[in-house]
Amino acid sequence: MNKNILNIFKKEFNSYFTSPMAYIFLVVFALVSGYFFSNTFFLIGQSDLRALFNIVPMVYLFFIPAITMGLIAKEKNLGTMEVMCTLPIKEYELVLGKYLAALSLLFIGLLFTVVHIITLTNFGTNIDYGALFTGYLGLFFAGAVYAAIGTFASSLFDNQVVAFIIGVFIVLMFFLFDKLLIFVPSFMAGFIQYISVDYHLSNIARGVIDSRNIIYFFSIIGLFLFATVQALNSRKWK
Amino acid sequence: MIEVKKLTKNYGDVKAVQSIDFKINHGEVVGFLGANGAGKSTTLKILTGYLTPTSGDVVVDGYNIQNDFHEIKKIVGYLPESNPLYHDMYVYDLLKFTANIRNIFGSDFKNALDMVVEQCGLKEVVHKRVGECSKGFKQRVGLACAMIHDPKILILDEPVTGLDPNQIIEIRQLIKKLGKEKLVLMSSHILQEIEATVSRIIIIDHGKIVADGTTKKLMNQFMGNVKLSLEVVGFTDAKLTKFQDTFKKAKVKKLKDYYKVNIEYKKKDDMRLDVFNFIVKNKLSLLEMSTQTANLEDIFRKLTK
Repeated sequence: MNKNILNIFKKEFNSYFTSPMAYIFLVVFALVSGYFFSNTFFLIGQSDLRALFNIVPMVYLFFIPAITMGLIAKEKNLGTMEVMCTLPIKEYELVLGKYLAALSLLFIGLLFTVVHIITLTNFGTNIDYGALFTGYLGLFFAGAVYAAIGTFASSLFDNQVVAFIIGVFIVLMFFLFDKLLIFVPSFMAGFIQYISVDYHLSNIARGVIDSRNIIYFFSIIGLFLFATVQALNSRKWK
Repeated sequence: MIEVKKLTKNYGDVKAVQSIDFKINHGEVVGFLGANGAGKSTTLKILTGYLTPTSGDVVVDGYNIQNDFHEIKKIVGYLPESNPLYHDMYVYDLLKFTANIRNIFGSDFKNALDMVVEQCGLKEVVHKRVGECSKGFKQRVGLACAMIHDPKILILDEPVTGLDPNQIIEIRQLIKKLGKEKLVLMSSHILQEIEATVSRIIIIDHGKIVADGTTKKLMNQFMGNVKLSLEVVGFTDAKLTKFQDTFKKAKVKKLKDYYKVNIEYKKKDDMRLDVFNFIVKNKLSLLEMSTQTANLEDIFRKLTK
């Protein structure tokens, strides 16, 4: 990996753990997803993690903007952005390093839910490990999309709270698009459905890894990270 | 070498910097002086590649700011105004991070660290969090970050703001020492600071350069005069007329108990003895006699009014 990205990544990842941020995120994320999962798991009596895969994207709605809100807004607020931008780093390296740090924290959060797989293998029968794998893959991709959106929201403001609110708002839109299809004129419905995260997530969660879904996730991530880099560059256009 | 040609920067309708030109060579310590909002920080931000100019050219060591700003960032060390730092990082980690970004690793980093710790006097805070350091140490940490890669060019935006007198003297000595081998450009609105530290001064006001030269040259150019103030008792009308005939430039003002006299003259035509002899001869009484030579503050106020 590019050494500048790696340096930024290390600094950012460490700063999650030198503040209470990472610990609060990990513990609360594990508690919330664990509670909603185990609540229904024993009632339904099915050997899968569908309950978990349904609840985590909703937990994401607030948790991911919370871990990304400070990535850039905080630096702008402290003025350290000026230091960063006058070091020999390119803007895209800065954005990618920070984004990967948020993604890693998210990944650790998902690792905590592996405890539910252990529960499943102890109590369940006929477990479809393929669907488990694609389910997790879907969760990771959905989280990656939301983190890119959150990073973008953070680059627009120098206030973390505003970045959080706008982040939640955009993430919520992408989450809700395919639930609002009935309100959308029919010629747009296909498009709106295509840009909705849930639509692609449900495909993957069913156990189908379709290149269209993968391309969708990568292009939305790419789009928002590109927009973030442009937002950082915008200081030069003023 | 820094060469600035017709540099202009507008923020919307606000003209922050208006077509300024200057050239600074290696080994010079230059003070960039101006009131708040005069365009100092904007100019420095352009030189360091943080902002792009509206028009004009900046060439730093042969690199043009429009195309090669990435190369410029490698050879410049920059301490921004108000010294922003990551307060939750350890000083050591911050220096290491900055060094790594600057491509300094392993034993090279150890040497660089030893150098800046020694030069900036950071020994007692290296293993503290930045947030726990006092303001003076924070300033030195910022300075250490700016010079960890031993840059040829050091740009410091108000490096001594908020420090106590002892710390100011330390930083001042450090800057002077650094100026022997580097190009140092520092901004300030504290005049004594600039006067004591730099060899050349550029004064900027409302986005334009109003003066540029060595401290001595500026003094001679703008303030060759000495101001003599007297407080005298015992003037009669006749004596007063005689006094004013003798000293044509004198301005006399009658106050309640005494006369206040101000005379301005060129330094070479010292008048003090003549004035004193006149007072003795005419049996006047002298309460006070003082001279005031020009200082940078007067020049500054005169130029930026």
